[in-house]
Amino acid sequence: MELDAKIPAGPLETKWSQYKAQAKLVNPANRKKLPVIVVGTGLAGASAAASLAEQGYPVTSFCFQDSARRAHSVAAQGGVNAAKNYQNDGDSVYRMFYDTLKGGDFRAREANVYRLAECSLNLIDQAVAQGVPFAREYGGYLSNRSFGGVQVSRTFYARGQTGQQLLLGAYQALMRQVSLGKVTLYSRHEMLDLVVVEGKAKGIIARNLDTGLTERFAAEAVVIATGGFGKIYYLSTLAMGCNGSAIWRAHKRGALMACPSWTQIHPTSLPQSGDYQSKLTLMSESLRNDGRIWVPQLPDEQRAANDIPEQERDYYLERRYPSFGNLAPRDISSRAAKERIDAGFGVGAQRNAVYLDFSKAIREQGKDKIKEKYGNLFSMYKKITADDAYAAPMKISPAAHFSMGGLWVDYELMTTIPGLFAIGEANFADHGANRLGANSLLQACVDGYFILPYTLANYLSGELKKEKITTDHPEFDRVEKDVVTQLDGLCDIKGTKTADYFHKKLGKLLYDKCGLSRSAEGLTAAIEGIKILRTAFYKDLIVPGTADEINSELEKAGRVADYLEIAELMCHDALSREESCGAHFREEYQTADGEALRDDENYCYVSAWEWKGKDSLPVLHPEHLKFEFIKLSVRSYS
Amino acid sequence: MKIHLKIWRQKDAKTKGKLVDYMLDEVDHHMSFLEMMDTLNEQLILKGEMPVEFDHDCREGICGTCGMMINGQAHGPVPGLTACQLHMREFKDGATIYVEPFRAAAFPVKRDLKVDRSAFDRIIQAGGFITVNTGQPVEANTLLITHETAESAFDSAACIGCGACVATCKNSSAALFTSAKISHLAKVPQGEKEAAKRVLKMVSRMDEEGFGHCSNTEACEVECPQGISVLNIARMNWEYTKANLLKD
Repeated sequence: MELDAKIPAGPLETKWSQYKAQAKLVNPANRKKLPVIVVGTGLAGASAAASLAEQGYPVTSFCFQDSARRAHSVAAQGGVNAAKNYQNDGDSVYRMFYDTLKGGDFRAREANVYRLAECSLNLIDQAVAQGVPFAREYGGYLSNRSFGGVQVSRTFYARGQTGQQLLLGAYQALMRQVSLGKVTLYSRHEMLDLVVVEGKAKGIIARNLDTGLTERFAAEAVVIATGGFGKIYYLSTLAMGCNGSAIWRAHKRGALMACPSWTQIHPTSLPQSGDYQSKLTLMSESLRNDGRIWVPQLPDEQRAANDIPEQERDYYLERRYPSFGNLAPRDISSRAAKERIDAGFGVGAQRNAVYLDFSKAIREQGKDKIKEKYGNLFSMYKKITADDAYAAPMKISPAAHFSMGGLWVDYELMTTIPGLFAIGEANFADHGANRLGANSLLQACVDGYFILPYTLANYLSGELKKEKITTDHPEFDRVEKDVVTQLDGLCDIKGTKTADYFHKKLGKLLYDKCGLSRSAEGLTAAIEGIKILRTAFYKDLIVPGTADEINSELEKAGRVADYLEIAELMCHDALSREESCGAHFREEYQTADGEALRDDENYCYVSAWEWKGKDSLPVLHPEHLKFEFIKLSVRSYS
Repeated sequence: MKIHLKIWRQKDAKTKGKLVDYMLDEVDHHMSFLEMMDTLNEQLILKGEMPVEFDHDCREGICGTCGMMINGQAHGPVPGLTACQLHMREFKDGATIYVEPFRAAAFPVKRDLKVDRSAFDRIIQAGGFITVNTGQPVEANTLLITHETAESAFDSAACIGCGACVATCKNSSAALFTSAKISHLAKVPQGEKEAAKRVLKMVSRMDEEGFGHCSNTEACEVECPQGISVLNIARMNWEYTKANLLKD
């Protein structure tokens, strides 16, 4: 299979405008004949559904939460990037493009990343028009701050709740279309399979989580906007319901998965405190603007943080990466924290944390100023840990956060199944092997508001005269039957261990073998371990109740069943990439001072995987990345 | 620590519910309230019983999904918290804790502690937005908004739509939720133009959904995990009166 990314020819700066100028349109009168399904109502899904409905396509939108406003985009704290150069500090579309590509360790497409930076300018305008209350200077102009991996201030923010405010903007746009009858919204519905007819995506099977019944939905195109699958690690910064099921079911119906092993481990999460724990909470990366990270210089230090004198502290980020310091990118900062913790310098009850210290900033700027900037984060920290971070340093630790991998998509955001699109975190695009802070909200929004509305129309224009498929088509019968068989099958195992038991085991295995660092030996062992766990799951799972009622245990079981397969692909992906890049650190490939060692000659590609059945190995289809406009360089932040 | 739970179990909206007793012997005081509930559910499942259904998702206090009455208080005894951020260290060893769903006619029970809050979405659909299309907005800095205005709009916009305000109100009024959105959008210049139409539609929708009237007891502000101020309600009333007086 030869993968065609469909990147438009011509100079980098004009690729997207050229594409838009040449993309086919659909006559407004014909748009109502072309229904579209959008799965997920986060920033990508809600913005896409609202935009498409405004254009006149009948949209059916789905989310598993009770309300579209609760998608996990709501939890993103720090900010959203845009190359507005409002601070006159030298920012530009090109610089943002370069920072993002470099931040991703040169493992993303030039054209996609340039488009991301280009569209970032419009996004701020869009959000402000919707009423998003971004931070403002006293004169009324928009305010900015800086984030990891860059040296300019290009991050727009709404206190520590930027994701919430952007999502409410998109949600409100979606609600407006619901009230106009242009969007039909199904909340408490989970997509459980994709219906492909004659090679094209034509619908989905969803489970109504209120009644337990499976339902069929047909459309001329399906858009998956279900976010990432980082919850596969069990302990993660993600919401409990975040899952990989929609993308995985689509993968098993023929869509390729790209770079699944690239999971960002975020450096500033709260550390784990016990085995009962269900999730890890993220503290915004923006805290690193003013917080200094350190560990004691002595191993197994017993003194409280404030009792350790300045000269006995190791500000390891400032020491190792002097030009970026505490604002070193996430993969670098996470790995540096792990290195210190593994070397015995960790702090906290479980010795699994590092300090994030605001005492200098409080001394210099005053407590009030710090409170104004990060007040809600400090109070959140207190709620969870009962500690006062104004008085003593916060304790933070790395945690699984964001999936850079996902469904493979071309420049049009279409998967290898025609008519199936994947947007936002559900696709692999734009971030490369590591995502810079504040680029996630951006990508989700840009895909939904500005890119998909053009590329989807281009696809749909070719579908107008084709025969319409309805839910009576035999393929819907077949796929629905598969779904029901799987659900009943899970209920019928009647074993002795819960879905959470298997999920926690899997998560631990992945953290150990396919987390912050990986090795061929570990990954090979993990693949075997996952197989054993999967066999045990199908023998010993217990799901109470039945499939035809509200049954959150069954929802979990279905997601864990998918995780047990995704995990194996993650390990295969990590094993096949014999280099270190971004979030993927292979112990065998590092420089003398412990930095990631990339191999551009052999691995400068996107690894796209094809599903060959449950007992067969996945097949790799590399999409070789061509760099026409920039020169690959060693990623240095020192 | 030992915890004695009395949890409301109800199969669906039509079936009568009741409080059922459960004992947990080994609760860690670092656990969040929902992690304690997970522990209980794990035990119930292993005994072949149905777990207690409750809504939850982000577990960091921002999605607004979780919500339950804990000892008669929405989200439990600590002010300014959602249930997911309440920790067991707030309770004494051997404590008896009553756990019930948010109760309001407009929030029918789905099962156990899960309720239907879609009425909130319908209030937003009635006008809780700015009528702007996506794609081609004007340059953001052409619209100046002072720091104070942006901050004050943010204070209102921070509502997470959890429904605690309704659950705690003796009239089951949705005034705090509705007024927060009305205030947020009325305060910023983008939202001014349709403020009058918005307030009339949203208030009328709120009434149609079966929420009660606000009688200014201010219990909602006390229970709100985001500290949304009742001054929003005053603003809503002002906007509503103004819109009614000035309408054609």
